[in-house]
Amino acid sequence: MRVLREIAIGMLAALAFALPATAQGVSTPADQPVPPEIQQSLDDILARQAGTGERRQPRDFDSAAEQASGISNQLGTLGGASDAEVWEALRFGTSGVKVSAGGDQARVVMQDRGMWWHEYRDGPLATYGGYLLLAMIGLLVLFYVLRGRIRISGGPSGEKILRFTAIERFGHWLLAGSFILLGITGLFSLYARKVMLPDPGTESGLNTEEVIMARQDGALVETLLLASKWVHNNVSWAFMIALVMVFVFWVVHNIPNKTDLKWFAQGGGIIGKGHPPAKKFNGGQKIIFWSVILFGASISITGLSLLFPFELPMFAKTFVILNDMGVPGLLGMDPYPTQLAPHEEMQFAQLWHAIVAFVLMAIIIAHIYIGTVGMEGAFDAMGDGEVDLNWAKEHHSLWVEEVQAADKSGAQATPAE
Amino acid sequence: MRAMFAAFAAVIIIAIAAPFVLEQFGFSSAERYSASDVRLD
Repeated sequence: MRVLREIAIGMLAALAFALPATAQGVSTPADQPVPPEIQQSLDDILARQAGTGERRQPRDFDSAAEQASGISNQLGTLGGASDAEVWEALRFGTSGVKVSAGGDQARVVMQDRGMWWHEYRDGPLATYGGYLLLAMIGLLVLFYVLRGRIRISGGPSGEKILRFTAIERFGHWLLAGSFILLGITGLFSLYARKVMLPDPGTESGLNTEEVIMARQDGALVETLLLASKWVHNNVSWAFMIALVMVFVFWVVHNIPNKTDLKWFAQGGGIIGKGHPPAKKFNGGQKIIFWSVILFGASISITGLSLLFPFELPMFAKTFVILNDMGVPGLLGMDPYPTQLAPHEEMQFAQLWHAIVAFVLMAIIIAHIYIGTVGMEGAFDAMGDGEVDLNWAKEHHSLWVEEVQAADKSGAQATPAE
Repeated sequence: MRAMFAAFAAVIIIAIAAPFVLEQFGFSSAERYSASDVRLD
């Protein structure tokens, strides 16, 4: 026992001398001097950020690989044995990922198309969409300056004719009121952060007080965005109901026919003298009608897909059909992707929703112009439903004849006939 | 103009009613994203 105790004391004494030496022998990365060839100044960093500097050499001793846990550790890397197939499956598929709740979308661990969508939304979509609306407003201002307000040639007769019944006007205004709210809140969702928020990170000129102000603005914008989202989500139902209403009311009167060709040949009355004949709706109005119905339906379907996330995937199926029809080939594009992660479905739904909405907004701006300041007597049709007889004869001569003939024959004439 | 104002009022009424109707039919986010063994009330 004595021998053993002496050995133990000796070992402890040896350890006491050895420990400081060991501690001095191990140096942390921070202690190591930075080799001169990779030392960098603030100028180097700024130059590199501006894209004019040299590429920085990695400091090996400070790299992530060096800091990572060892291969034998539970959280260690696999090093050269990293399983590429596992990562590929995680990145491009959902194989092997099991979740207890949340559906298929919860099985997606990585979704690398998100940045593409984000950049497209904030870039081309916001830019060209905005240009489209501004261009339409510019064109209308130009048209107004060149042509002025379209007057009733013979002046108002004072005699009225019923053009739209109360229920037709109700349907129209339900659609119009909801569309304007949806348009404003939709544009707000797309542009609010971009336009209303200065980014303190990139605005180097901001002082502390201005940064605080910017953050307060940020809180305000976020509150307004939440309110905007509530309005957009819930007003959408009025739009969809009204879309069905106007379709039922007016589809019969909007089937294209030969009269429309004559109407277009005369540019709706702009080319040549006099007004081309038209029934209840002229060629231009039929274009508005079908734009509203088709684009409105498309916006509604993608909108429903966004309202009920991940429940209505439709783009992969649509892309399969388009690929089979050879559409990408005709447009000189690669075949569209037919394997989409649930999140990608949502991203395509958002983009298509916004693109079609921009087109419809541009069309509707023109429609609002011609129905208000652009043409004398036009607003009455949707105001109190009765239009001046001279206006009706100029713009819808065949419809007036039909209504008057029906009145004469004593039949119960409906204004729509 | 009565039809116009009635329609605008309808837009507001439909918007306010929509969340309640959706919840009635089990379309609240909480309900869609929870399994059957989660008690929500």
